[in-house]
This record gives sequence, C-alpha cells and structure tokens, in this order.
Amino acid sequence: MALRRTQRQKLYRYVVYAVLIAVVVWAIVTTDWSRIGPLFFDPEIAAKMFPGIITTALVNTLWFTAVAFAGGLLLGILLALLKMSSIGPFRWIATAWIELFRGLPAIMTIFAISQVLPIATGISGQKLGGPVVLGLIGLILVASAYMAETIRAGLQAVPKGQTEAARSLGMSPFKTTFWIVVPQGFRIIIPPLTNEFVLLLKDTSLLFVAGSFIWSKELTNFAKDATTQNQNATPLVMAAILYLIVTIPLTRFTAYLERRMGNQR
Amino acid sequence: MITDLIDVHAPAIDVQGLVKTFGDNEVLKGIDLTVTAGEVVCVIGPSGSGKSTLLRSVNLLEEPTGGKILIEGIDITDPDIDIDGVRTRIGMVFQSFNLFPHMSVVGNLTIAQRRVKKRGKAESEKIAHEMLARVGMAHKADAYPTQLSGGQQQRVAIARALCMNPDMMLFDEPTSALDPELVGEVLQVMRSLADEGMTMLVVTHEMGFAREVGSRLIFMDGGHIVEEGDPREVLGNPQHQRTKDFLSRVL
Repeated sequence: MALRRTQRQKLYRYVVYAVLIAVVVWAIVTTDWSRIGPLFFDPEIAAKMFPGIITTALVNTLWFTAVAFAGGLLLGILLALLKMSSIGPFRWIATAWIELFRGLPAIMTIFAISQVLPIATGISGQKLGGPVVLGLIGLILVASAYMAETIRAGLQAVPKGQTEAARSLGMSPFKTTFWIVVPQGFRIIIPPLTNEFVLLLKDTSLLFVAGSFIWSKELTNFAKDATTQNQNATPLVMAAILYLIVTIPLTRFTAYLERRMGNQR
Repeated sequence: MITDLIDVHAPAIDVQGLVKTFGDNEVLKGIDLTVTAGEVVCVIGPSGSGKSTLLRSVNLLEEPTGGKILIEGIDITDPDIDIDGVRTRIGMVFQSFNLFPHMSVVGNLTIAQRRVKKRGKAESEKIAHEMLARVGMAHKADAYPTQLSGGQQQRVAIARALCMNPDMMLFDEPTSALDPELVGEVLQVMRSLADEGMTMLVVTHEMGFAREVGSRLIFMDGGHIVEEGDPREVLGNPQHQRTKDFLSRVL
C-alpha cells in the first residue's frame, strides 16, 4: 500500500514511541524493586538528611554560586573592556587572563589558589582567608574568563551606528557605553549568561578540593559524605534532584528568552 | 565653556584643505567648503565620491588625516577641543536612523538632553513633545522604534537631533533607506526646517529636493568638489563633463 510522506512519518513516530514504552515497561517489570529500591531511595535515610541538605547544602550551593557569579561578572566586565581597549598592554593582559583560566580545568585553578598559593607564598591558607574564601576566589577567576568573552561578544554585537548616534548627540564615550551600548549588549547576553550561571552552579561541586568545614559543605560534598556514611545512594539521589530543581527552570528560561529574541528579529 | 569660543561672525562650517585616507585609499583629496548660517547646501555625487566621509568629518565621526574644520570659528581638529560640546551644536541624521531600540520615542529624545545638557525630566520631556509635534510624530511619543515605519523613525531621529537645539544639521542620505512612498514625509520635514532658517548640509540623491530647497549644490567625484553653484544652474546646465555624465545617469 502506498502511503503519503506525512503518513509514513507519522507511522515511524508511532513505532518509535511503542518501542520506547516497551523498553521502559520491561525494565520496570523485570527489576527486583524490593532489593534495588532502598539502595537508591530509602525513606528512613532520606528523612535523616533533613533539614541539613536544604539549610546547609542547598543554601551553600546557591550562596557560592551567587558570589562566584557576581564576582565573575564584575571582573568579566572589566576584562571585556580591557580586551576591547585601544591600548595594547591592556588587551594583552586580558587575553592572557582569559586564555589561562578558560584553558585550565576549573578544579585545577581552585586547587592552585587554595592549596598551592599558601605553599608558594609561605602564608598559611587560614591567613589568606580560609578554604571557603580561597576556593571561591578560584571559582571567580574561572567564571570571569568565560563571562569576559560572552560580555565582549554582546557589546560588540551592538551596531556601530548606535555609538555614532550617541556621540553625535554630544554624549561622551563613557556615557555612550553606559547608557546606550551596555543596556543593549546585556539584553543580547542574558541567555548565555544564564547558561554560565548554570555551569557555575554545577562547578561549585569542585569547591571540595579547597577543603571544607561541616558548615561549608555544598550539595555534592554533603551528599558524597552522607552516602559513604550510610552505604546508601539515597543522599546522592536527593542532591541530584535538588540540582535539577534549580537548573532545569533556568535552562528552560534561557530557551524561552532565545525563542523570544529569535521572534523579534 | 565651549560657547565662549563661538564667533558669531564666522561661517557655520568652514572646511579647509580636508584630506582623509583609509589605509592607502585617499577618500578626500583636499576639500574646501564654507557653509554660512541659514544656507542649505546639498552634496551629490556617485557612491565612493567621498560625500558621506566629508559630512561625517564635519562632526568628527571621521578623524581628518589633514586640513582643518572650523565650526562657528572653533577648530575641531584641535585635539584639546571639547568635541562633545561642539557636537551638541551639530545635529546629525543618519541613513539608517540609528534610534536607540531599548528606549521609547520620548526616551530617545530625552536621554542626551538629560545626560549631556543636564535638563530635568519634566523640562526635557516638554521639549521632546514640542519637537515631536514639529515632525508630526506627537502621537507616537510612547511607541518603541521597532513599532514605527522607516519614515516615522527618521522623523523621530530628526526630532531627537532638534532637542539639542543645534545651530546646524547634517543629513547623511536621510531617505536612501526608505521605501519610495515614505520619502516624501521625511523630505517635507526637512523642507520645513529649511524654511525656518536651519543651516543644513545634506548628502542626498533627491535631486528634486536639492533643486527646490537647496541654496547651493555641490557635486563631488573622486574625493574632489568638481562643481558647485546654484542648484538650478548645476542641474540644468552642468559645466564639467563628470557632472554631465553623473546627471545623465541619475536624472
């Protein structure tokens, strides 16, 4: 029987759905849930995680992300402006900084700031601010490098005619940048910047290499220790769910913004 | 203050031996041009003749390679001059309008008044509405640029320049990006400005406007002013072969 192209596509789609559902049902039916289930979700252990997993771990994760994002943004704006400078040495410094911290694994930068710096300077880590501060400084360095490139791209995407119009009205280079270029540039970079926030949120899990206190554990560190203590993966699953509760709305938000901007053009 | 330096008897624009090169490309090869207050000078010529570069040099959007440009007696090629102050006296209208898309029409008209002229919110909005009325756009004060037609955007752009109370206006092919049916409304606004005595330097392809509104016409080609004079004379009885060739192609 000859099918039209749209009908054939429909049929294929139904076949794919059917196979997918069959696989899921088969997995559910054949799994011994009484044995596997408690390993990944034991209600008793789950109950023990409260309130610490929220009041300490999640709060720390969000708090560290916010600090690293704000610090990285400020430093990133500075680096972006340096990189667009007409003065050579400014551009070179910015380029070297960006290439270095984008090129290294984030965990290595955090380790270098928190562990190697005290050895190199001969000043103890405590005097330099302690593991939390040093770890966050490492994360800020990494974030600034990524954000600098995003910000530069956004500012350069603002048409030259905008600058010319502002200058011809007598606005100074600074006023032009502040009132005309930056507001338009930031509109362009909100989606990539949200993405950066999500990446940073996940990268806070690397802060454990800087060392931590009981009060400074973030989600991954908290869950890892609790999983080891209980010989049960329930804390890890809970942490994973908490990460997704925060990140999925953000990535959906990014997708929405990009769709909306696409429509405007 | 920049205003203390203004010589009221000096020409509005006085370009002396202006040379501009981009790399190896000499775009302006020694331009001399004087525009006195109240004149409407139209500049025509083939693309690449340097007419836009000349216009953009007058408010230093292009940095001259050589020569001098005096605006109301002030040499703006002097690196110590307050160029922002001079620019508030020179309104500029672009081919691509260049309205600020993140601001409403009123926002576009008040931003420079507030940040450069330091006028208050109420005062700058009052002036904005006056200027919008002048260009027939009062009803779109709260619209955003993307909601306007090209002709409307260009009229708003003219109003934005007028808000700074300029002594002269530069127009860089103001109707070239417009659909044909929208050209008239912009030319009408420019004509009324000319009638009110505004000093204007206009790079244009609108020969009708140049003939009827212009007090002088300049034909440029290859980085030189080839011919200039009364628009009717130049258009009706061109003296140079290059002018004749150009006009025979566009008219």
